[in-house]
Amino acid sequence: MAERKFKIWRGDQSGGKFEDYDADISDGMVVLDAVLQIQANSATDLATRWNCKAGKCGSCSAEVNGMPRLMCMTRMEDLPADQDVRVAPMKTFPVKRDLVTDVSWNYKVKKRIKKFSPRPADNADGTWNMMQRDVDRVQEFRKCIECFLCQNVCHVLREHQKQDEFIGPRFFLYAAALEMHPLDTEDRIDELKEAKGIGYCNITKCCTIVCPEHIQITDNAIIPLKERVVDRFFDPVKLILRTLTGRKAKSKAASNA
Amino acid sequence: MGQAKRIEHDVLVIGAGGAGLRAAIEAAADGLSVGLVCKSLLGKAHTVMAEGGVAAALANVDDRDDWKTHFADTMRGGQYVNSWRHAQLHAQQAPDRVRELEAWGAVFDRTKSGKILQRNFGGHKYPRLAHVGDRTGLEMIRTLQDHGIHQGIDVHMEVTIIRLFKQGERVVGALAYDRERGKFRLFSAKSIVLATGGVGRAFDVTSNSWEYSGDGHAIAYEAGAELIDMEYIQFHPTGMVWPPSVKGILVTEGVRGEGGVLRNSEGKRFMFEDIPDNYKNQTADNEEEGWRYTQGDKNARRPPELLTRDHVARCIVREIREGRGSPHGGVYLDIAWIKERLPKAAEHIKRKLPSMYHQFKELAGVDITSEAMEVGPTTHYSMGGIRVDGDSQMSTVPGLFAAGECAAGLHGANRLGGNSLSDLLVFGKLAGEHAAGYAREQDRGEIDQDEVMAAMQWALEPFGREASAGSEGPFQVQSDLQERMQELVGIVRKEDELARALEEITGLEERAKKVVVHGNREFNPGWHTAMDLPNLLTVSRAIAMCARARKESRGAHFRIDHEGKDPDFGKITHALAKNEEGQMILREDPVPEVPPELQQIIKDNE
Ligand SMILES: Cc1cc2nc3c(=O)[nH]c(=O)nc-3n(C[C@H](O)[C@H](O)[C@H](O)COP(=O)(O)OP(=O)(O)OC[C@H]3O[C@@H](n4cnc5c(N)ncnc54)[C@H](O)[C@@H]3O)c2cc1C
Ligand code: SF4
Ligand code: SF4
Ligand code: FES
Repeated sequence: MAERKFKIWRGDQSGGKFEDYDADISDGMVVLDAVLQIQANSATDLATRWNCKAGKCGSCSAEVNGMPRLMCMTRMEDLPADQDVRVAPMKTFPVKRDLVTDVSWNYKVKKRIKKFSPRPADNADGTWNMMQRDVDRVQEFRKCIECFLCQNVCHVLREHQKQDEFIGPRFFLYAAALEMHPLDTEDRIDELKEAKGIGYCNITKCCTIVCPEHIQITDNAIIPLKERVVDRFFDPVKLILRTLTGRKAKSKAASNA
Repeated sequence: MGQAKRIEHDVLVIGAGGAGLRAAIEAAADGLSVGLVCKSLLGKAHTVMAEGGVAAALANVDDRDDWKTHFADTMRGGQYVNSWRHAQLHAQQAPDRVRELEAWGAVFDRTKSGKILQRNFGGHKYPRLAHVGDRTGLEMIRTLQDHGIHQGIDVHMEVTIIRLFKQGERVVGALAYDRERGKFRLFSAKSIVLATGGVGRAFDVTSNSWEYSGDGHAIAYEAGAELIDMEYIQFHPTGMVWPPSVKGILVTEGVRGEGGVLRNSEGKRFMFEDIPDNYKNQTADNEEEGWRYTQGDKNARRPPELLTRDHVARCIVREIREGRGSPHGGVYLDIAWIKERLPKAAEHIKRKLPSMYHQFKELAGVDITSEAMEVGPTTHYSMGGIRVDGDSQMSTVPGLFAAGECAAGLHGANRLGGNSLSDLLVFGKLAGEHAAGYAREQDRGEIDQDEVMAAMQWALEPFGREASAGSEGPFQVQSDLQERMQELVGIVRKEDELARALEEITGLEERAKKVVVHGNREFNPGWHTAMDLPNLLTVSRAIAMCARARKESRGAHFRIDHEGKDPDFGKITHALAKNEEGQMILREDPVPEVPPELQQIIKDNE
């Protein structure tokens, strides 16, 4: 058992600062264990979110030594032993208290994205046929645990605060999962350009780097969506065809391949 | 203290896991005003952690499967003390509920012909669990959540309900505080659905999160509802045992479904040594046959690792007690061995069990594609809970409904893996439907303001207490309770220990009344824990009382001083209710008798 020094941000909307704590570290401990130990022993009003302790619920997002991480999946032995461990709330979202931030904006954004609407069932019993290879990509996207760490690092939100015009990587991923869903018939390309601000993304891939689910957000979701937007709005042939036929220029299966 | 903010709904659903979401969707479909309350953020409830799959007799992988077999499997797994009506409706309706998820956007793993793929699980005769790798719960909760947000449901996140109010016999409202600011909210509703999940936090080693403090059980009980089957706590055979900080975290049964085997320190597959008589016909008696079963051979019988959880957990405890355990006090669970049988086994494991791969890699530094895992039993699930009617899901309090893990009946003495996720869907829907029907027929009731004031005062008491020498915080009492329950009311139970547990609980109740909390009301975990404590104590007492009264071993309930089943106890359900003096009273009720046509189904499947 070794003692480690922690600096944990305490405060609320009106301000706050890093406070010092000690924690006893045993084999295999993660940062969340230490934070909960501090909470149980010396700071019973230390606010933090957690549920699963296994990287499955996306509740315990924070910035550990400046890196956006799930606290429950950050092992103490992977942090430099000669430094204090600094734990701060996610910076992009308004702080509520201590490590708890106000992520309600994310929930509002999701609600504005057009919902899933499937094509009529393939079979008489109301079921569909989908091949595994046609759903692999969508399943990758649906691994998202909504930790919002990608939202937290994206500079369009973090530095430029474009929350009103830009939905962020999590929701491009969500929109991509719907757009690439083999059964879905809705069209979200127009709004992705207009209201959702996909053009602001300059493919820095910071979101992909921090994703604890290792989802290839930029390469597999955002870039293909950008291509669809480009196809739709900047390809003269398609543009003319579309005005003539009034048809949605969308062919899911083909672009999934 | 101020006033509580008043919020009106037709139907109030407490809990936003699978059961609560499904109930809310159903009630909202009826055009009513529906409120959905949860302690965490939306999408973070326990359901998100479920791994292995959802059980439904879709017969996509084995066309011999049907609801009758699922019904018989559920009853056998539950040792025939289940509510047969629940088991029947569950088996009949689960397939539609799963297909409906697909219509709402869920993307399950596929069979070669493009249907929903199903996997093997303990106690299920055929491959029956629809799944998405080992993150089925995430898929389910996200599908319900993403569908639900477009149904006009009002979601109240990070709000904790602490009390129910009645007018006469009928439930009419609930008091809550919001976690962020600590302000009170008073919900007025024509009917209420409880979907608050389980009680695992009453134990030290558990797969459950802080949310599982038995709130729904306790507030329903306080409001006069009956609890049944509380002695049946499921200890899942495979939780992580090392490192210490992750002790109890679940290792899905899916590992064994995919061919993983259990071995002791001598390298022996000890599960072959003890196969219960009523499963002998269905269980492989050699390793070769067991392997063929996991690979889909329809003529093979399942390996003994896939016997029911109660039995596997006890075999593991025996190995550990008799000195054949692993270095950190577990046994070995090995999936890496399948490389002897399968080309590209490592890729296969990573594809079928991705989150197990990551969990062990990142938390324990173990690569499950090349090394065995160390595992041991962990507190997992509460079969017991609020007594509800099989058809309507209404409790013994008019207007108060319950579904999901906090309700009882379906699972009897032992739940089969995968039967919970299907339980949530089937009975969540029924609870929502009947709560809506009830709400339509009722006027809005009156909530007694004095009761509200008294409840608010009670909630704030821990702040007012003077800290003095010897005064303690809520976390200390909670962890003492967890240790006592683990030690005295755990997997192996006996009379004197259960008696001691009840005494200890009385002592802890006194301590809980005196805990002091610091700081203010805003997002204060100390205060939140102080309010969870009475609930944890209520369910702990309920578990210990029922466990003491059941002087036999059945399903998850194991008495070392009364080994084996006693047919007389097999006819008894333990029911708990509060009497006029506020004491918990235990009653013996008859287990509902299975009608002849269903009995025949059970026979046909023996
Ligand atoms: C790690 C793990 C793996 C599992 N794997 C499987 C599996 O593969 N297959 C299977 O069938 N089952 C599995 N289970 C069991 C299953 O996941 C749970 O039993 C099920 O999800 C419970 O769902 P629920 O809707 O009843 O409750 P939950 O999903 O737990 O939701 C409870 C809700 O109630 C809310 N709540 C509680 N108290 C209050 C209060 N006082 N006020 C307001 N809100 C409150 C919570 O915030 C939460 O929203 C697993 C369980 C665990 C822990
Ligand atoms: S790749 Fe795009 S979305 Fe991701 S962080 Fe960079 S700018 Fe933001
Ligand atoms: S995409 Fe990854 S980083 Fe973003 S919310 Fe989902 S899991 Fe978190
Ligand atoms: S607690 Fe669930 S992701 Fe960390």
